[in-house]
Amino acid sequence: MPRGPRQLAGRDVAARLGAALPAAVAGATDERVDIAALSIVEALRWLRDDAELDAAQLSNLCAVDRYDHFEVVYHLQSLDRNHQIVVHARVEDYLEPELPSCYPVYRGALLQEREVYDLMGVRFTGHPDLRRLFLWDGYPGFPLRKDFLQIGGHHPGLPGFPFETAGRQQR
Amino acid sequence: MTTASDPYVLNIGPQHPSTHGVFRLRVVMDGEHLQDVDMVVGYLHRSMEKLAEERTYAQNIPFTDRTDYLAAMSNNLGYCLAAELLAGVEVPERASYLRVIFAELQRIASHSMANGTFINDAGAWQTPLMYMFREREKILDLFEMTCGARLTTNYMRIGGVAFEPPPEFYPAVDALVAELPDRIGEYTELLVDNEILLARARDVGVLSPADAINASITGPVLRASGVPWDLRKAEPYCAYDRFDFGIPVGHHGDCYDRFLVRLEEMRQSVRIIRQALDGLPSGAHKTEIPLALRPEPGEAYARVEGPRGELGFYVVSDGGPAPFRFHIRAPSLINLSLLREMAVGSSLPDAIVTLGSLDIVVGEIDR
Repeated sequence: MPRGPRQLAGRDVAARLGAALPAAVAGATDERVDIAALSIVEALRWLRDDAELDAAQLSNLCAVDRYDHFEVVYHLQSLDRNHQIVVHARVEDYLEPELPSCYPVYRGALLQEREVYDLMGVRFTGHPDLRRLFLWDGYPGFPLRKDFLQIGGHHPGLPGFPFETAGRQQR
Repeated sequence: MTTASDPYVLNIGPQHPSTHGVFRLRVVMDGEHLQDVDMVVGYLHRSMEKLAEERTYAQNIPFTDRTDYLAAMSNNLGYCLAAELLAGVEVPERASYLRVIFAELQRIASHSMANGTFINDAGAWQTPLMYMFREREKILDLFEMTCGARLTTNYMRIGGVAFEPPPEFYPAVDALVAELPDRIGEYTELLVDNEILLARARDVGVLSPADAINASITGPVLRASGVPWDLRKAEPYCAYDRFDFGIPVGHHGDCYDRFLVRLEEMRQSVRIIRQALDGLPSGAHKTEIPLALRPEPGEAYARVEGPRGELGFYVVSDGGPAPFRFHIRAPSLINLSLLREMAVGSSLPDAIVTLGSLDIVVGEIDR
């Protein structure tokens, strides 16, 4: 089951997309469609222009650091049909991550791709104005990457957490 | 005889009243008209997304107050919905109603500020803003008596809300809800047909529906362009599907329509609060959840209709007690995507009015 209340099942989207652009679909689960990185612009354009899927708006764009690769996540939505489509693109090259920019399809990517570049270091080729957004030029590194310094506090992956078993119900 | 000047660069901000925070516009001017606009942001960047990866799900709620500090309740709500979606937590009925009441009070407070500062930018220096502060103060008083804080409320919890409102809350909110339509009527009389406001805002900063949709613009700015899209109707969260309210839309997509849409939304919010107070069910105000919530590995994206647009929280879990990735979809930032298209070619005063009508909050842009 997809999690979002109005989210389309990834497998259904992948079946329709795969019929039109067989090379673009790299996999699918209920929650999302995985798109081959090099076909991402073509696939997003098809999703936007298809009458039934009608992904008119790029609602959210962000990236996730998976230690050995990056995932760029697109949340698309149709305002007329009121549904949501979640698309993932896997960027294999961890040292020099690059992905085609979807700005030609969605102008809403202008600042969101700049933000991903600024904080995660994924270069969007073809972006008209790819610069740092929040940090200044020459800032060392990309802070949202997992290998960027972690400051104090609670680190994910620690075995336990104080009070975790004290009196509260366990899930 | 004509005179001409070379284009020159003008910095507006970072400390400037019309930028509503620490926000810099670097504009290239040709006389009085804008040739190019570049925004420089990041002065308030506090790396909340990074900090959130080192704190538990519950510890992250106070961070969300501090992104959009004019709409802390909406931010609390959006994040809690995302964490609940990820962990599969059920919310009691009463908590959903209380969430709606506080989110709508927050929307009125935020729209008061938005409209007040917008009128400020349009030239009515401070007077309408102070009128609107009057109502906002009363709403902040209600927040204070419920959760102890006025701006950084930290009121929502994963699984419900933190506290029951105290007994004195109900008469105070009843009085406010009874009074607000008159107050909003006052603004309407004072401002809606105001000649100066019409001259400053009508047909300024026009945005077509197709451009607005393609550029991911949401909230009152999208609705002012004539697109009836509101997540409270499209994807009803909490208990919004049980209330009767309208979605105001504009016809021209200009700054004046954005002002009108916000004014009407305040009226509709009063209606929602009235219905929610009347139908407020009894019962628990939150579900008990483990202190260290460990959701199954996966991802969830929950969004609410914040005062500025689609306020989304994308949370990824790896099974640990802290989010593996925490991303805030900030409507203030994304609504600026077409700033260049809207401002280039206009005069500098028009660009200031356009920026004011977008209702940005810099804490949310920078995070």
